[in-house]
Amino acid sequence: MIQFVLLISRQGKVRLTKWYSPYTQKERSKVIRELSGVILTRGPKLCNFVEWRGHKVVYKRYASLYFCMGIDQEDNELEVLEIIHHYVEILDRYFGSVSELRPWFIVCELDLIFNFHKYNAAYYALDELLIAGELQESSKKTVARLIAAQDSLVEAAKEQASSLSNIISQATK
Amino acid sequence: MALSGMRGLSVFISDIRNCPNKEQERLRVDKELGNIRTRFKSEKGLTHYEKKKYVWKMLYIHMLGYDVDFGHMEAVSLISAPKYPEKQVGYIVTSSLLNENHDFLRLAINTVRNDIIGRNETFQCLALTMVGNIGGREFSESLAPDVQKLLISSSCRPLVRKKAALCLLRLYRKNPDVVNIDGWADRMAQLLDERDLGVLTSSTSLLVALVSNNHEAYWSCLPKCVKILERLARNQDIPQEYTYYGIPSPWLQVKAMRALQYFPTIEDPNIRRSLFEVLQRILMGTDVVKNVNKNNASHAVLFEALALVMHLDAEKEMMSQCVALLGKFIAVREPNIRYLGLENMSRMLMVTDVHDSIKRHQAQIITSLKDPDISIRRRALDLLYGMCDVSNAKDIVEELLQYLSAADFAMREELSLKAAILAEKFAPDLSWYVDVILQLIDKAGDFVSDDIWFRVVQFVTNNEDLQPYAAAKAREYLDKPAIHETMVKVSAYLLGEYSHLLARRPGCSPKEIFSVIHEKLPTVSTTTIPILLSTYAKILMHTQPADPELQKIVWAIFNKYESCIDVEIQQRAVEYFALSKKGAALMDILAEMPKFPERQSALLKKAEDAEVDSAEQSAIKLRAQQQMSNALVVTDQRPANGAPQTVGELSLVKIPSMSGDQHASTDQGLSQANGTLTTVDPQPASVDLLGDLLGPLAIEGPPGAAVQFELNAVSGLEGVPSSADYAAIVPVGEQTNTVQLMNLLEHVLMYNAMLFKQPIGNINERFYALCLKDSGVLYEDPNIQIGIKAEWRAHQGRLVLFLGNKNTSPLVSVQALILPPVHLKIELSLVPETIPPRAQVQCPLELMNLHPSRDVAVLEFSYKFGTNMVNVKLRLPAVLNKFLQPISVSAEEFFLQWRSLSGPPLKLQEVVRGVKPLSLTEMTSLFNSFRLTVCPGLDPNPNNLVASTTFYSESTRPMLCLIRIETDPADLTQLRMTVASGDPTLTFELKEFIKEQLVSIPTASRPPAPAPPAAQPTNPAALTDPGALLAGLL
Repeated sequence: MIQFVLLISRQGKVRLTKWYSPYTQKERSKVIRELSGVILTRGPKLCNFVEWRGHKVVYKRYASLYFCMGIDQEDNELEVLEIIHHYVEILDRYFGSVSELRPWFIVCELDLIFNFHKYNAAYYALDELLIAGELQESSKKTVARLIAAQDSLVEAAKEQASSLSNIISQATK
Repeated sequence: MALSGMRGLSVFISDIRNCPNKEQERLRVDKELGNIRTRFKSEKGLTHYEKKKYVWKMLYIHMLGYDVDFGHMEAVSLISAPKYPEKQVGYIVTSSLLNENHDFLRLAINTVRNDIIGRNETFQCLALTMVGNIGGREFSESLAPDVQKLLISSSCRPLVRKKAALCLLRLYRKNPDVVNIDGWADRMAQLLDERDLGVLTSSTSLLVALVSNNHEAYWSCLPKCVKILERLARNQDIPQEYTYYGIPSPWLQVKAMRALQYFPTIEDPNIRRSLFEVLQRILMGTDVVKNVNKNNASHAVLFEALALVMHLDAEKEMMSQCVALLGKFIAVREPNIRYLGLENMSRMLMVTDVHDSIKRHQAQIITSLKDPDISIRRRALDLLYGMCDVSNAKDIVEELLQYLSAADFAMREELSLKAAILAEKFAPDLSWYVDVILQLIDKAGDFVSDDIWFRVVQFVTNNEDLQPYAAAKAREYLDKPAIHETMVKVSAYLLGEYSHLLARRPGCSPKEIFSVIHEKLPTVSTTTIPILLSTYAKILMHTQPADPELQKIVWAIFNKYESCIDVEIQQRAVEYFALSKKGAALMDILAEMPKFPERQSALLKKAEDAEVDSAEQSAIKLRAQQQMSNALVVTDQRPANGAPQTVGELSLVKIPSMSGDQHASTDQGLSQANGTLTTVDPQPASVDLLGDLLGPLAIEGPPGAAVQFELNAVSGLEGVPSSADYAAIVPVGEQTNTVQLMNLLEHVLMYNAMLFKQPIGNINERFYALCLKDSGVLYEDPNIQIGIKAEWRAHQGRLVLFLGNKNTSPLVSVQALILPPVHLKIELSLVPETIPPRAQVQCPLELMNLHPSRDVAVLEFSYKFGTNMVNVKLRLPAVLNKFLQPISVSAEEFFLQWRSLSGPPLKLQEVVRGVKPLSLTEMTSLFNSFRLTVCPGLDPNPNNLVASTTFYSESTRPMLCLIRIETDPADLTQLRMTVASGDPTLTFELKEFIKEQLVSIPTASRPPAPAPPAAQPTNPAALTDPGALLAGLL
C-alpha cells in the first residue's frame, strides 16, 4: 500500500502532499524534512529506491521536481515507480492541453501564481489515480476524461454564477 | 471574469513566492492566517463562495508546510454545500488537512452518507474518494453496507464502482468485521469476472486485502485470478488504453499474482498447470529493452512472478531458472534491477534447495557491497548476511571487516553487528572468532556494543584452549599506539584472567603486562578503571612468588583510588587493597572466573531489534524477555528445591519485592559478619530480576553466598538483559565463600541443563502441521533443531532431515534410529556421530509405502549435551494422506464407481458422533488439505459433501477412493460417512483416518505439556514427548 505521496522541488519546497495513513501534522513535517534530506542529496545515476525508517520510498525526478511515494516493505517497487510515471503522463496530458503544450511541471513551478486552481488538478488527478493508497485506474484516457468532466462542471457553475450576478447587477442599477 | 474572485489568492501566492527568505515568508503566512481567522470569526455568516476562497488559501498554506490548526470546521462544512465547486473544494481540502483521527470528521459522516446513497454520481465519487482516503473506524461501521451495495450494483457506472471497491478496502482495513465473509466470498468471485479493467484493478486490490487476512473463505477466487492472468498474458480482449508501453496492464498482473501468494498452495493440477504456463512465459519472455518505462513495467511483472514461483515452491528446474535470472540481474548496469535482484535473492534464501546456486554469485554480491549507491550496498549486506554459513563465513566476514573502514557512517553500526553475529554463528574455529572481534573493536570501536565484547569473554572463559591465544592477541593490541577504550577493557580483562599463561613469552612478565595496561589508565573513562583495578589485583595474585616491587606499585594505585569520588572505583580499590594483604587467601578469592553456561547470544536478539528503530519498542521487547526468563526459572526451580509448593503462580510473582528487601539486609549482614568489605552493587534495573531468581534460592543457600551468587546465576539464563551481563562479566566483587558458592553454582547449572533440554514449541502441533505440508520444523530444543523436507511421488517418498546444532560446542553421540511400522519400508542414510558447532547436517531418508495403514513411523533421536543424554522420540509425518493424489472425477465416473462398489468390505458406512462442529466450507478446506478433492455439486443435497482421491502403495495399484459425508445441519456434532475403494483394507484405513481427523481437529492446540519433574533430570524430554508415549504403545 502507498502510505504517502510527496512532490518536492529541487530546492526542497513542498508542492503537493497526500497521506493515506494517519500521520499527525508533526509526523508529516518530520517525514518531509528527513526524506527531502535523503532524496535531494542522491546522485543522478543511483536506483530509484531508498530505505528510510523501515519504509521504502520510491522516487523519481522529473525536471526540477521529485515525486516520492512511501510504500510498505513487501510492495513491488517497480510497479510503484511506474505509477509515478503514469501520474506524470496524466498531468502532462492535462496541463499540456491547458497551457500551450508546455510540460506541466513548468506550469507548476512558474505559472502557479496565475493558475492555482488549475494546479489543483494535480490533486484531482491523484484522486482519480489512487484511493486508499492503491491504484484505481490504469487508463490515462479514462482519467483524462474524468478530470475534464469535473472541469466542465466547475466552469458551468461559474457561468451560472456570473450570469446570475449580471442579472443582479443589472437589476440593482 | 472567472479569475477575478480568486485575485486575493493569486496575490497571496505571488507575495509568498517573492519573499526573499523563510522569515519573511512566515510573516506573510501569519498575516494571512490572521486575516482568515478574523473572517471566519466574524458574526456575518460567510457564503459558500467566500468560504471556498479562504479554504483554498488554507490548503496552499498547509502545502507550504505550515500548521493550519483552525478552519477545519469551515472546510468540513463546505462538504454540505449544494453546488459542485464548493462541495468539491470541501472534500479535497478536508481530506488534505485532516486525518482519520480528527473529531470534526465525525460531524461529516451524515452528509457523506447522503452523498453516497444519493443519486448524483459526481457527489458519490467525491464522497467515496474522501472516505477511501481518510475514513476511520467510525466511517467503517456506518458506511460499509452502503459502499458494498454500490460496488455490486448493476445500475452503477464503472467510475463509481471502482471507487467503491477501494473505499471498501479502506473500511475493511479499519475494521475487518464490516465485511461479512459468508455472503461476500461469492460476490467477490463474481467481481473478478468484471469486464471493465478499472473496476477489475480496484477489485483485485480489495481481494488482496481480504485474502491476506483470511484465504480460507476465498478459495473460489483462486481460479479466477489465474484466469485474469491468462487473459492478460495472452493479451486477449484488452483495450488499447489499458496497455502500458505495450504491456497489458502490468499493475493488474502484479495484483493478481500478489493475491495468489496468499493461498498456501494450489491443489487443482489443471489450474496449477495453466498458472505455471503463464509464469514460465513471463520468466522466459521478459527482455531488457531500451525504453525505461517499458523495462520497468515488464520487470515489475517479472519480479512478482519470481515471488509467486518461490511461494509455490515450484519444480527444481524452474527454481534454478529463477536463480539464474537473479544472478544475471545483480550484474546489470541498471541500478533498479540490480537492487531488486539482490533483494529478491535474499527472499529466495528461504527456499533451501537454491542455497548452493546463490553461493555461486558470491563474488558479484561482494562487488555490490562497494556500489556507489547506499540502497544497493544495504541490500548486498543483507544478502551476504543471509547467505552466510559455515562454508563461506570466513570469506564473507573478512570482506565485511575490510569494507568496514570504508563504509558510510550510517552503515557501520549495522555492519559491525552483523559481522559479529556471523563470526559467532559460523566460526570455523574459535581463534578466528577472537581475531574477528578484536579486529572489529580495533576498526570500529565506537560501534561495538558491550554485548559483543562480553560475548568474546564468555567464549574465552569457556574454552581453555583459547585462553593463551586470546591473551597473546590482547597483548599484541596493547602495543598499538592509540587503541579504542573497548579494546582496553577487553584486553585488560583477558590479561587479568589469563596473562599468567603467557608468562614465559618475551614482554609478558607480570610486570610488563601490568605496565602496558597501566599506561592506558590515564586515557580511559571511569567505567573502565574498575576493570583495570580488577586486572591489577589478578596480576598480583598470579605473580608467584610475589614480586615486592610490583606489589608496591599496585598498592600505591589502590591507595590512590581509595579516595576516588566514583563509588565503584573507590570500593574496588579499598577491597582489593584489603584482600591483597591476605596473602595465600587471595588465591581462593581471586580465582579464575567459572565457566559461563551455554546460552543464546544476546546479539542475535539485538539484530532482530535493529530492524525496529524505535528505542521504545525494543525496550518493551526486552522487558518481555526479562519477564519470560523469570517465569521460566521460577517454575523450574520450584520442584528442584524439594519444598512442597503450595504457592501458585501468582504468589510467586510477588516474591521479588520481598526477596529484594531481604537481599538488601543480607547484604549488610554479610559485610559485618565476615568482616570484609565486600558488598555488591547491582544496577537498579536488575534488582527485581535478581530478586526473582533468588526468591527460592536464598532460603536454601547460606545467606552471604546467595548475594554473591546472584551474579553468576543471572548469567545462566537465556535472554538476560545486558545490565545483568555486565554484572556477570565484570567482577564487581570477588567471592569470599567460593566453595559454598561453587556448590550452589553447580545446582544452578543443573537447572540450566534442564532448561536446555526443554523442547521449544509443541511437538504435537509441529507434527500435525507437517502432516499438512512438506517442509518445516519437526523438533527444536535449545541445542538442536530438526527440520524436515519431503517430496512424495506416488507410493514413494524422499525425506530429508536437517539436523542443526545451535550451540557453540559440538553435539556428540548423535544417534538416529527409525522404528518403521510394517507397511513402510524406510532407509535412513548414515547419521554422523558428531555435529560441529553451528553446523547443519542433512540426512536423506527413502520411504516406500507397501500397503495401506494408519500406523506412524517413529524417529528415535538422541545426543549428548555436556554430561546429559537427551533422548527424544518423534513421529515422522509420513502419514496415510501423503500417499494420496488429489483427483477430480466427473459425476458419471463417480456414480459408476460408487454403484459398482456395492457394500462391505469395499464400501463401509459409519455414523460418527462427537465430531468437532465444522461448517461445510471448513470441512471442504480440511479435506483439500489432506489431498481429498471435494467435488462440489455432485451430491444433490447441499448438506452433503463428496470427495475423491487416488491412493498409492506397492501392493495395490493406484486406487480410486470415494468419500461421502452426510451432515445434519441441526446437529453438526454428528455425521454419516461412507468410504469406498477397490481394496478392503484401504477402505477401512481411510475411513478410520478421516474419522480421526474429524473427531479431533489437528490444528487445535493441546494444553501445554506439564513441566518435567526435576527429580528425574536424566530424561525429561521423553516424559513430555507424545512421540515417546506413542512409541511405548507400539
